[in-house]
Parts: sequence; structure tokens; C-alpha cells
Amino acid sequence: MHTQHSYWQLFKAVYTKDVTLAFRQRAEIFNPLLFFVIVITLFPLAIGPEPALLSRMAPGIIWVAALLSTMLGLDKLFKEDYLDGSLEQLIASPYPLSLSVVAKVAAHWTISGLPMVLLSPLFALLMNLEQQALGATVLTLLVGTPLLSLIGGIGAGLTVGLQKGGLLLSLLVLPLYIPVLIFATSAIDTSMMSLAYGGQLAILGAMLAIGLVSAPFAISSALRVSVS
Amino acid sequence: MWKWLHPYAKAERAYQLCNTLLPYFAVISIVCILVGWVWGLAFAPADYQQKDSYRIIFIHVPSAILSMGAYSSMAIAAIVALVWQIRNAELAVISIAPVGAAMTAIALITGAAWGKPMWGAWWVWDARLTSELILLFLYFGVISLYHAFEDKKVAGRAACILAIVGVINLPIIHFSVEWWNTLHQGSTITKFDTSAIDPTMLWPLLINILGFAGFVGVIALMRLKNELLRCEQHRPWVRELISRG
Repeated sequence: MHTQHSYWQLFKAVYTKDVTLAFRQRAEIFNPLLFFVIVITLFPLAIGPEPALLSRMAPGIIWVAALLSTMLGLDKLFKEDYLDGSLEQLIASPYPLSLSVVAKVAAHWTISGLPMVLLSPLFALLMNLEQQALGATVLTLLVGTPLLSLIGGIGAGLTVGLQKGGLLLSLLVLPLYIPVLIFATSAIDTSMMSLAYGGQLAILGAMLAIGLVSAPFAISSALRVSVS
Repeated sequence: MWKWLHPYAKAERAYQLCNTLLPYFAVISIVCILVGWVWGLAFAPADYQQKDSYRIIFIHVPSAILSMGAYSSMAIAAIVALVWQIRNAELAVISIAPVGAAMTAIALITGAAWGKPMWGAWWVWDARLTSELILLFLYFGVISLYHAFEDKKVAGRAACILAIVGVINLPIIHFSVEWWNTLHQGSTITKFDTSAIDPTMLWPLLINILGFAGFVGVIALMRLKNELLRCEQHRPWVRELISRG
């Protein structure tokens, strides 16, 4: 008989495994981040370097870049575990699949979302974003990027069994990202006018709360369908 | 209720049910759309402000309502398919999706044609227009996810999960005109007692909505029949049906 572990141990084990694997292959962390940087760099070159124009467009550009670079890592979220069979082991294990899914999504966020949150003040500076909007940018990314990972997990779970699921994945997930994008950029816009942006941030937080309790079940049923 | 419903989990019975229902839906859709269009386009009075160009309402509003109605029925079918593991409900999801996508496209195109003379622009990034566009993308997502899988059993269930996740967009579309200050007007026909729309225009509109609902039903049932036949093509009842001609 196997020894029983607590749910927390399971969470920690899955999370540590994913994060450690990512740190062993540094490219997995740096490539999406580099992509984020390059996409942001392209905009001033394409639309012209006028500071007023850039600072007006900065929230949108930073958020679109964040959406796209979250997409990059999603394809791999369950792929390797699916190919080497450990996903089946997680499904067959006596522990709830939704819990290990949450751990995997949390690892994905630590690798792809968190570095973007940490780097965002730098980009706000590069894009000439006004000082008072800095806090809103960091906060919306902090609340929004976990939500992006959760929603993206549903798409990743649905397409994990497909040979070429990458493009389909973005087709499925990007429409679902739109509400997050709308509220996040609206919060930053409001903060640029020195108004209170707590309302939009609260809606983002509510969406995160709903996502946190419902997305893991959607992801795990998607995985069960894909693996069966 | 279960005793009554359960036989329809069998494809043959579901096929027969489709055949029974089809004429009713067909009659409703043909009669209502003909009456509604002739009444609405030719006899209903012109609007005092928008003149005759408001008449596109008789196509725009029914298709917009049905785009959301089709999505809700698709989502209900998806829940039935996943919870009670009924394969026919998965086929229903796949049958409804393209019809709903077409309705969404019609709503968007007629809306653009209406917006040009009234707002002076084909398209504005207004909350309701944007959320209706997301609905179109969700339909495309369900359809393309289904077609991406070789194994249609997996494909059906994956499409069901996506359909359920997308339900989150429905309340956003419905309340978009109330939550945000938008160019698109609020709903006029749900408030019967306050009568935001004149009865001479309301009746042809309601008849058109019923007609469009019947039309969606007809196409969805015809598609469902095809899907049932395709998925059961090796069964004796299908062979018998074909040999009978």
C-alpha cells in the first residue's frame, strides 16, 4: 500500500517539479520574456516615438504583449506530461486532478506571468507611461496574469491531445482573454487621469476568484477527455 | 420524466423525433418569416426619426436574439452530454454551432448596415458589438475544435467543454448595454408594459423572432439528422433506411 500524502504535499510536489524543470531549461523562461520585450520594442518603431502618443498607447501595448507571451508557454503546459505519461498517472492517482492542475497552472504563472509583473515598471518607463499609472499597471498585471494562466489552461487541456494544437489553442483562448484585457486597460487608463481605479481592479479580482474556483474543474475535465 | 426522455438517447429514436418535429418547425418558420417580413417591411409604419431604414430591425433583432438563444441551447446540450454521457447531445452541439455562427454573422452584418446611416460608421468598438463579435469567435472555436480531432468521440466532448466555458459571454452581451454607456441602444421589446416600441412595429418583430427561432430549429434538426446518420452509418437501422430510399 502506498502512503497517503496531504493535498498540500501533492501541490508542492507538482509545483516544484514544474518550476525546477523550467529552471533547468532556462530558454523556457527567457524566450517568452524576450518575446514580451521585443513585441513592446516593435511598437515605438512602428507608430513613431512621440512620447504623448506612446504614453497614451502604453497600457494597451503592455497588456497585448502580456497576452501574447502568456500564450507562448501554454502549448507546453500539459504537453510534456501528456507525452511521457505522467499526466495519466496524475489522473489515475487517488488525489483530485483539479489540485494538481492548480499546481501546474501556478507553476506556469510563476514562470511566465510573474517575471512580466516584475519587469513591467521598466516597460512602463520605456513606453513613457505616466508616473501615476505605474501602480495600476503592476497591480492589473499581478491580478490579471494568473487569470490568463487559468483560462489558458482550459485551452491547453482541450488541445493537449492534438499534434498541431498551437494555433487552435490561441483561437480558443484569445476570445476568452478579451474581458480581462478590457478591464485591465480600462483600470490603467483611469489611473492615468488620476481617478480611482479600484472598481476595475475589483472586477478583475472577482474574475480571478471565479476563475480560481471554476477553471481547475474545467481544465481537469478537459484533460480527462483528452487523455481517454 | 426519465422514462419518457431516455429512449431518445438511442440514435434511432432521436432520428425519428427529428422527423416528427421537423414539419412543425418548418411550418412555423415559413409562415412566420413570410408574414413578419411582409408586415414589417411593407405595412408597418415608418419610424418618425429613422424613416424606412429602421426596417432592418426585422432581421437584425431576431438574428441577434437567436445568436444568443442558439448558444444557450448549445450549452444546455453540452451540459446534458457531459453530465449524463448522452452521445446524441454532443451531436446536437455540433449541429447547432454553425447555425448559431451564421445567426451571429447575420446580426453583425445587418447591424453594420444599420449603423452606417444611423451612427455614420460601419463598426464602432462598442461593448455590445464587441461582445457579439466574441460570440462569433466562440462559435468558430467550438467548430474548429471539433474538426481538429480525428476521433469524433473525443472531439464531441472537447467541443462540449468549450461550449460550456463560453457561456460566460452570454450575460456580458445581454447586460453590456446596461453596464457600459454605449452607442448601441438598450433593449426595447422586453418591457411590454412600458411599451418602448409601438405595437404596430412590435407585432411583426415578435412574429419574426418566432419565425427565426423556427428557422434555426429546422436547420439544426436537419444537421442533427445528418450527424446521427453519419455516426451510426454501420448500424442496421441506417442501412434499412437507405435501402428503402
